Amino acid sequence: MSAISIEHITKTYDKGTVTALNDISLEVAKGELFGLIGPDGAGKSSLFRILTTLLIADTGTATVDGFDVVKDYKQIRSCVGYMPGKFSLYQDLTVEENLTFFASLFGTTISENYDLIKDIYVQIEPFKTKRAGKLSGGMKQKLALCCALIHKPTVLFLDEPTTGVDAVSRKEFWEMLKRLKEQQITIMVSTPYMDEANLCERIALIQNGQLLSVDTPDKIVASYPQQLYAVKAHNMHKILNDVRGYENLQSVYAFGEYLHTTFKNDEAQSESQLKAYLQQQNNSGIEIKKIQPTIEDSFIRLMSEKS
Amino acid sequence: MEEKAIICKGLTKQFGDFVAVNKISFEVNTGEIFGFLGANGAGKTTAMRMLCGLSFPSSGEATVAGFNVYKQQEKIKRNIGYMSQKFSLYENLSILENIEFFGGIYGLSDKQLKEKGEELVDTLGLQKEAKKMVGELPLGWKQKLAFSVAIIHKPKIVFLDEPTGGVDPITRRQFWDLIYKAADDGITVFVTTHYMDEAEYCNRISIMVDGRIDALDSPANLKKQFSAETMNEVFYELARGAKRSDN
Repeated sequence: MSAISIEHITKTYDKGTVTALNDISLEVAKGELFGLIGPDGAGKSSLFRILTTLLIADTGTATVDGFDVVKDYKQIRSCVGYMPGKFSLYQDLTVEENLTFFASLFGTTISENYDLIKDIYVQIEPFKTKRAGKLSGGMKQKLALCCALIHKPTVLFLDEPTTGVDAVSRKEFWEMLKRLKEQQITIMVSTPYMDEANLCERIALIQNGQLLSVDTPDKIVASYPQQLYAVKAHNMHKILNDVRGYENLQSVYAFGEYLHTTFKNDEAQSESQLKAYLQQQNNSGIEIKKIQPTIEDSFIRLMSEKS
Repeated sequence: MEEKAIICKGLTKQFGDFVAVNKISFEVNTGEIFGFLGANGAGKTTAMRMLCGLSFPSSGEATVAGFNVYKQQEKIKRNIGYMSQKFSLYENLSILENIEFFGGIYGLSDKQLKEKGEELVDTLGLQKEAKKMVGELPLGWKQKLAFSVAIIHKPKIVFLDEPTGGVDPITRRQFWDLIYKAADDGITVFVTTHYMDEAEYCNRISIMVDGRIDALDSPANLKKQFSAETMNEVFYELARGAKRSDN
């Protein structure tokens, strides 16, 4: 049995004028760390809210831990943990009071499941008498995760836990998730950061309410249909403009310190011809090399194919 | 035009015992794209607020577009543009109405407003949407529009506070095309971001840790200095030693 099963879910808002989710189907296996990767407005939060029984889909069905999201909402609410995108703990309660409150809601105590949250809780324990509203962003995030875990859920839903968080805290957060996975908890996590996709076992790329692809990060990258090239020169802004006027290029976009590009006709001499053209345009320090695509390259490609 | 868009010497902001910004010194050249990075709570927003004339420093000196941050705050505000991640246009006004409103605040004449409005709608390819409520636009377009409105009065400097957070990868790149174009037109760009690939698009970047600027150079030089392959590694190297964390 899958931990999460979604079949043909569609959700619209504003009397059908806005489509948040368009015929979504996917399965998440028990114990899997599954990532939902896509920008704001892609439909990630709507899907989370449907799976946590807070929103009802227009059409389609879904189960979590074998329970139907409409009929069996009570069972689902007691077995899942949910960390919404917006901080939703009680700002006027202390760290400890929040945790005690959520534990008692689920008929348990902090000590009963302390093992599960220990690694995370020790980091906020020094501030346990501080009000949640006074905590820093990183600390709030840790407390919210503890509160979502305190009843030992079988499935954990994390809606953009790392948005607006700096690179160091993001890395720490993903390390926490890996440790939770070892406890056999199924985790569905969403993120707008494409580089976090590689930290998941399987991912769904989602854009405008549609799934672009569902697979392991490796397989998504491997299915990139063309050779991708990285191009660099001393003046990156100039080269970006020059390259856009070059006939034999299919796609070209900035990617960190390089441009990424594919040829319309990729032949043996394509690379040297491009180099000659760029030299002609007075670029210096030109470097062109074949590279492996990243998830972001795949996302960009799939997104342009859709539109 | 002066050589330096921003000059900062020992700029400090203290809240009680807490030194949010601790004697930062740096200069931003006119026409430069300057990335202002740092961990959460490092003091970026506080520093930016002082530079935008919204908060008085506790000590130190700074001039922005040639104006003093203590004595000429109103002049600073008139000569800069500002855009935050939180969408700040009026959702219940159309694109053209927003342009008219914000352009009007910055003292553009009716004739200028009309020209600017048409030019902006053309550049962004929003002809069909010009009379639609801004709230109906997709996020990516909103952010591009917000940026264009932030520079409608051709400010000397534009401050961008995480302008591309949560935006899709294609729109994020279109947004940077707009930034490059503004820089070509002579507008100095001061930008914060959590996307490390975007740090590479800046001419120079500074990285704040616990209220201080711990590194400042071009991305290439910083990578050399820290023997790192990517900006992500440079950032991680510097920020992991941070004692503070906050939003």
